Amino acid sequence: MWRYLLPLGLFVVLVVFLSIGLSLDPKKVPSPLIGKSAPSFQLPELQLADQMVAPEKYIDDIWLLNVWASWCVSCRQEHPVLNRLVKEHEVNIVGLNYKDQRADGIRWLEQRGNPYIANAFDEKGRAGIDWGVYGVPETFIIDRKGVIRYKHTGPVSQTVVDEEILPMLRKLHGEVSL
Amino acid sequence: MNIFRILYLLVFMVLFPATAFSGVEINEFSSVEMENQYKKLVNELRCLVCQNQNLADSNSELAQDLRKEVYQMLTKGSSDEEIIDFMVARYGDFVLYKPPFKPVTFLLWFGPFVLLFFAVLVVVFMIKNNQKTEVVALDEDEKLQAEKLLNADAEKGNNK
Repeated sequence: MWRYLLPLGLFVVLVVFLSIGLSLDPKKVPSPLIGKSAPSFQLPELQLADQMVAPEKYIDDIWLLNVWASWCVSCRQEHPVLNRLVKEHEVNIVGLNYKDQRADGIRWLEQRGNPYIANAFDEKGRAGIDWGVYGVPETFIIDRKGVIRYKHTGPVSQTVVDEEILPMLRKLHGEVSL
Repeated sequence: MNIFRILYLLVFMVLFPATAFSGVEINEFSSVEMENQYKKLVNELRCLVCQNQNLADSNSELAQDLRKEVYQMLTKGSSDEEIIDFMVARYGDFVLYKPPFKPVTFLLWFGPFVLLFFAVLVVVFMIKNNQKTEVVALDEDEKLQAEKLLNADAEKGNNK
């Protein structure tokens, strides 16, 4: 009996482990920044070069930081989703234009629409390092106290908006700020 | 004609050797220790874009930026721990090729030994099981038959 059950049991264990391994996305690395204060930066605005963008400005607000670039192919896929998000809901999205050319970034917004309340122009990618950015696009949700509560790596799809971003925003709006 | 061609080639090679090195960053270190420290760090830190390469091997933009960051921190006199903490704070434990020893990673550290333990158990179990198979004794007739067969074989062997 054991002679047959043991290999079968081992096989089942192997299948379970392999199927878990296959369904995990190795690109999804848990962010150590969740629960931490949003890293600070002082960067010029993409379209209004004489203005500065800093996360401190949005304290007492719930906001999203979306890291994007005109050279980023999957940002193209994500952009209409963000446009729709700000159209249908009252959401503040701050863009972090990551390692881009200013003219390319501005053209991108003119051609595809601008869902952002402001765009920080991170030409050197130094702010990106502080935010632990390793693949564009990335999206963060920051609460009223300036703490990062959520991070999504890769393009935001409508499913991600409906199942993760909106519920998180509702939860944060429900939290009474002290 | 030919000599001109060779000359032209030589001039070209002397003037544009830099193109061959364009992908290499040149860092100047004030001491050998610092250079070794730099090499050790970029070998230990993972490039998150390519995942199975370290910072030293990767040519991705992020790896280049992070190498620059390591270099700058070293020139400012940061210690190894400070640089590693800086990276872990931003990218998590995953940037380290050698995972830290803490409860979340216990399975990673002990898993192979647990598996080895079970493998040994299985082997011991199998050996014990094998020993249990009883030796069947032959009765008189069977013994005679066996002897006959053996002798026949032996004779054949002799004839050859």
